[in-house]
Amino acid sequence: MTDIIPIVFGRLSIESFPIHEPILLVTFLGVVVIGSGVLFAITKFRLWGYLWHEWFTSVDHKRIGIMYMILGGVMLLRGFADALMMRAQQAISFGASQGYLNAHHYDQVFTAHGTIMIFFVAIPLVVGLINFVMPLQIGARDVAFPFLNNLSFWLTVAGALLVMVSLFVGEFARTGWLGYAPLSELQFSPDTGPDYYLWALQIAGVGTTLSAINMVTTIIKMRAPGMTMMKMPVFCWTALCSNVLATAIFPVLTACFACLMLDRYVGTNFFTNDFGGNPMMYWNLVWIWGHPEVYVLILPVFGIFSEVTSTFTGKRLFGYSSMVYATVVITILSWLVWLHHFFTMGSGASVNSFFGIATMVISIPTGAKIFNWLFTMYRGEIRFELPMMWVVAFMLTFVVGGMTGVLLAVPPADFVLHNSLFLVAHFHNVIIGGVVFGLFAGIDYWFPKAFGFKLDPFWGKVHFWGWVIGYWVAWTPMYVAGLMGVTRRVRHLDDQTLQPLFVIAAIGAVIIAIGILGFLIQIFVSIRDRERLRDTTGDPWNGRTLEWATSSPPPAYNFAFTPVVHDLDAWHDMKDRQYARPLDGYRPIHMPRNTGAGVILSALALALGFAMVWYMWWLAVLSLVGLVAVTIGHTFNYKRDYFIPADEVARTEDERTRLLGPSPVPAGA
Amino acid sequence: MSTATYDPDTFHLAEAEDHDHAHGMGGTLLGFWIYLMSDALIFATLFAVYGVLSTSYAGGPAPRDIFELPLVAVNTAILLVSSITYGFAMLAMEGSRLNATRGWLVVTALCGIGFVSVEMYEFASLVAEGAGPTRSAFLSGFFALVGTHGLHVTIGIVWIGVMLVQLGQRGLHVENRKRLQCLSMFWHFLDVIWIGVFTFVYLLGVMR
Repeated sequence: MTDIIPIVFGRLSIESFPIHEPILLVTFLGVVVIGSGVLFAITKFRLWGYLWHEWFTSVDHKRIGIMYMILGGVMLLRGFADALMMRAQQAISFGASQGYLNAHHYDQVFTAHGTIMIFFVAIPLVVGLINFVMPLQIGARDVAFPFLNNLSFWLTVAGALLVMVSLFVGEFARTGWLGYAPLSELQFSPDTGPDYYLWALQIAGVGTTLSAINMVTTIIKMRAPGMTMMKMPVFCWTALCSNVLATAIFPVLTACFACLMLDRYVGTNFFTNDFGGNPMMYWNLVWIWGHPEVYVLILPVFGIFSEVTSTFTGKRLFGYSSMVYATVVITILSWLVWLHHFFTMGSGASVNSFFGIATMVISIPTGAKIFNWLFTMYRGEIRFELPMMWVVAFMLTFVVGGMTGVLLAVPPADFVLHNSLFLVAHFHNVIIGGVVFGLFAGIDYWFPKAFGFKLDPFWGKVHFWGWVIGYWVAWTPMYVAGLMGVTRRVRHLDDQTLQPLFVIAAIGAVIIAIGILGFLIQIFVSIRDRERLRDTTGDPWNGRTLEWATSSPPPAYNFAFTPVVHDLDAWHDMKDRQYARPLDGYRPIHMPRNTGAGVILSALALALGFAMVWYMWWLAVLSLVGLVAVTIGHTFNYKRDYFIPADEVARTEDERTRLLGPSPVPAGA
Repeated sequence: MSTATYDPDTFHLAEAEDHDHAHGMGGTLLGFWIYLMSDALIFATLFAVYGVLSTSYAGGPAPRDIFELPLVAVNTAILLVSSITYGFAMLAMEGSRLNATRGWLVVTALCGIGFVSVEMYEFASLVAEGAGPTRSAFLSGFFALVGTHGLHVTIGIVWIGVMLVQLGQRGLHVENRKRLQCLSMFWHFLDVIWIGVFTFVYLLGVMR
């Protein structure tokens, strides 16, 4: 009997459940209560069928985009909870006080925070916005590979779930968010932590790679007639560059993680200290992925800022082509700078100079973008609605982060600042001030397109000021502490004169928490008051690009007729020239059919990951066989599409005609 | 696609029912190309890893001690021949000759099975000699690179098997033609990768 248990459960045992950790226990109870409440509500209101047929199995890019956004939002709460824990610990753990987190737990918290925020918050939110907006902007009805899109989303969910499971079963990595070798090797981390990390990111990484391939193909092949590359909205350009970049870097991460997995499971010697292994090779590979990755995130956000600035100043974007070239140049340069993450490796003055200068050069196209936005605003009729407020906050915040980045790019300065809180403040400066602010601008901007009503502006302002003020209060002291030499990932400090800085930072984190609460209330209030905030025109902001040409929310087929594009800002051109919406002549529309294969494959991938983490070999083999079988089985499904009948299209379009009222052209056109 | 000019006053197309610019041959083939490029980067990474570790013998065997060039040369020939036979399968497909297509696919798969079998024999003898992947970083890099290629060939063989069934069910259906074209790119891609492996790992390894 005792021989059976390790075969069935691998290394999973009663001790794997952290019942002695009160923090985790309370969290677990909270999750159970909220989780069963949600499940009960879904069952009570008989929503399972609706969710399964209309959402989980949907291949509609708009629904997949929204599901990505929900995933990113939920994971943001988890990642931010980790942030609050760190700020609280560092604020009180001075001198004699050891704070409330032990080192073992604290190391997991900062690792989980970074991993979750990049892989399961920033990526899903960016991918979600691209998914929702880009096909509408290019006048397409779906993406190039609708099933792969669904699969990509669910693989990302599987990865996120695996990270969440590590909270309550076993433990997460204590290696920093990139799993640095040799610390992440079996010799130094024999626990499940790095395995959870590796399997979660491999599974989610496959999803991200497939999604990137899908989006690139969509942009190249499915643009509306007349939309040449240089008539494409800037957001689509940035989405293209971002996804080309993702296609190019995620394979490197996959191969790098695969080598680390072989080290841990097979006993190879890629990154070990002995038998010829080379830990610094891990750093190189992981940063060849890691540096371009920040551009994968920031480029689409630059696109959002461009769309918002142009719309809310009522002007064509200043310097469209320079914006495009700047984006492409950043895409290329982002490949040539990875070594600046470890100037201290000791690769010599020449190598460090090359990477230092390459890093500084990136500030040139980025600066060009900032000037383009400023010149767009110059003499524009600026409407300071929520999305535009985020743009201004971004410009003021991000420029500081950019300048500290150039400072860090100077190798001798980096030798002093490497691994200090100055660095941590720098990348939070650009990621919060850039990516996060931009995502919120995008959410405020495109929410009415997705749901047919605007977000409430009052709670939106609470959200806005909470984040902006909170950011500055939380991270300015970290710059100061970093300049004075405090290193990152430290649980306890002896020098009590530094404590005020960390207390201020903790207050800043609380202000950000108010902002996040404001966001949640904003969503709640907006849904409650949706009739007050309703937009029937489909074009609430007087937009300029094609997504505003259709109804809000758009019908499943997006456009009853494929739009023809003559100019950049195609919708503005159409309004300008008194375009009359056709009221008859509808034809059946060819659309992809929903499928559950993506959910099933991802569930099997999750089982495979969990089994491998716990050495349950039988389950691993079973789920692997299942994965192969379902994949092959899915290729025998030849009925992947259907036609929406013409009279159904006519019904939908007639309803829109009724909502638009007497004038088919929205006011203000 | 945008070379056509449109009447400046036309703002939408009442397209023919088969005009959905999405799911034609072109989109799938381009998407598969991009996938192959990302796969090429996995191999590029593994080549780089091998390059960094290629002299880290850790007191263990060096390439000239363990590589049997004649065996690998034969294996290279088998794989190159399989690319030619796949080409014949595609020619038969273009001529809509179903049975010839299937026949050449079977020959290709047999070559692939031969290649993988020889590789497994090579791996087994290396492990038996004490030159397994855990012996040194050089051998870790070697097994990862060559093994990943072998895994790809194995997937290609399974894919050919699935295609044979689907050709049996639906013949040279337009969807099946598209899949055969993707598989063709995949198979030739593996040949290109192998030429890199043979040159950089085996030939240059033995010369070192």
